[in-house]
Amino acid sequence: MDHDHYSDALLRKILNDTKTIAMVGASANWNRPSFFAMKYLQSKGYRVIPVNPREAGTKILGETAYANLKDIPDKVDMVDIFRNSKAAGPITDEAIEIGAPVIWMQLGVRNEDAAKRAEEAGATVIMNRCPKIEYGRLNAELSWSGINSGVISSKRTRKASGPMRRGGFSSRRH
Amino acid sequence: MSSTPEQPDEQPPGDDDDFEVYGFETLAIHAGAAPDPTTGARTTPIYATASYVFDDVDHAASLYNLQTFGFIYSRLTNPTVSVLEERLAALENGRGAVACGSGHAAQLLAFSTLLQAGDEFVAARNLYGGSINQFSYVFKNFGWNCHFVDPTDPENFRKALTPKCKAIFCENLANPGGIIVDIEKVAEIAHEAGIPLIVDNTIATPYLCNPFDWGADLITHSLTKYLCGHGNSLGGAVIESGKFDWAQNDKFPALSQPTESYHGMTFYETFGDFGFTMHARAVGLRDLGPTLSPFNAFLIITGIETLGLRMERHVQNAQAVAEFLEKHPKVDWVSYAGLKSSEFYDLAQKYMPKGPGGLFTIGLKGGYDAGVRMVEACELCSHLANVGDTRTLILHPASTTHRQLTEEQQRASGSGPEVIRLSIGLETASDIIRDLDQALSAA
Ligand SMILES: Cc1ncc(COP(=O)(O)O)c(C=O)c1O
Repeated sequence: MDHDHYSDALLRKILNDTKTIAMVGASANWNRPSFFAMKYLQSKGYRVIPVNPREAGTKILGETAYANLKDIPDKVDMVDIFRNSKAAGPITDEAIEIGAPVIWMQLGVRNEDAAKRAEEAGATVIMNRCPKIEYGRLNAELSWSGINSGVISSKRTRKASGPMRRGGFSSRRH
Repeated sequence: MSSTPEQPDEQPPGDDDDFEVYGFETLAIHAGAAPDPTTGARTTPIYATASYVFDDVDHAASLYNLQTFGFIYSRLTNPTVSVLEERLAALENGRGAVACGSGHAAQLLAFSTLLQAGDEFVAARNLYGGSINQFSYVFKNFGWNCHFVDPTDPENFRKALTPKCKAIFCENLANPGGIIVDIEKVAEIAHEAGIPLIVDNTIATPYLCNPFDWGADLITHSLTKYLCGHGNSLGGAVIESGKFDWAQNDKFPALSQPTESYHGMTFYETFGDFGFTMHARAVGLRDLGPTLSPFNAFLIITGIETLGLRMERHVQNAQAVAEFLEKHPKVDWVSYAGLKSSEFYDLAQKYMPKGPGGLFTIGLKGGYDAGVRMVEACELCSHLANVGDTRTLILHPASTTHRQLTEEQQRASGSGPEVIRLSIGLETASDIIRDLDQALSAA
């Protein structure tokens, strides 16, 4: 799979099919990027389960944090990796073990070997992207900040992504 | 993105909605502008509102913390203005754009994001005169020091660099004189120094040249000129390529270090390849305030829809007028990069194969007095200080915009006493030629 370029159709499908996200490296600190992403994704209707050994047992944005992926009692549709590229290796192996269908590495995070292992195990891998940014882009919210969404449409409503569209053009006004 | 009109036809048809498949003309009409979701209005509505309601206090907090996307207050974002911004980002094949009240405001936003008091930058000396003023005086008061260099040899930029330099700035097609800068070489020099190249693409426009393809990192625009195209509104923009690594050194703390006024949030880390755009908006527009009005944004959006068509004709007309003037007995020289006689002809072929724009200068054999007589004798061409209008515009810099300068300073900036600047419009070419011919007979 080409990891320099992902089609909008693929990203849309992932964001539509996903309901529960395990966020590895989620921070309890409100000005960290992972906290931003978690809060945003929650507001779009996703359940986000924080994974962070330092926060295990505490609550972040209302959700109990776990020390590792294997401790999560619920089914996880996507593992979102907010750690560096090297750490993404063993986390990916753990994500394969728990059978996560999608493994998503954040902006700046790339681990080709791990991606290969995950793909061989049947998972879909996205690297060097942020699900918050992709959700915002595909739902025209990123455009509000002058960001090039790459989406053109002559339709009044866009094909939206995700379980709920609070705050997106597509639902708020209808 | 493809910038040539031929390419889209070669793309296979299909339902892949990725941007690459659209040509320049399509993006100029559609990028950023889906129908209004509430009413179905097909052209972009003018959202004349200062502010926007919050859903609840938590929503407001998320917006203020930049944790979610949305509208707060029109000094920062406005739905009409954001259509223009996304369109510009698409046309320049960039990642994001911030629009603002004028081209000068765009330069202010760009430099205020990159520079701190005591910092320096290098700029081409062949710039729009107003930019030379901005960089020389008011920027100096901010503690930003500019070194001007002759841009015709790219090595001059390298020679002027100091460890305090945070950027290189040039106009790829310089106003007024038909000078083209070898920006691919200048970009290499900037990148070796770990700093961005900022290109003012106002006169070339994204239809004729895509500076990001040649290594530029930021593009500034005076939208007042060809993008608006009808001489009816001021506007500006900064566009980010998304390719520059702001954390490669410690030169850009505004982007790579925690921002105090956002509770220690780090822009580059949080927003990645559009971190510059977010900072230029959330700090630059918020704190400096040079916001674009949604009314002007609407006029500029409408202008951009025909940018490709207009630039094609501006170039055709400019070529015809330049060829006529080159043979005219009262004209000493014509500085238009579309003429084989121009020393910039080869660079024009490389950077602007569709033509080197519609703006150029000529030198009159009769000097200052002939210049004055010529502009006063025009009946069709308008005697005024602007460029990039549908109308042909004529100016004698030495008696107007540059009259404060000594003759030596005038000559150095390409505006000696004998110089006439022409911004060729979209009238019938033979009518423009006839008017200039009769004006020259008075000169
Ligand atoms: C090349 C260039 N850059 C910048 C500007 C400044 O733009 P504005 O007048 O919109 O502030 C101008 C205006 O003439 C220009 O020609």
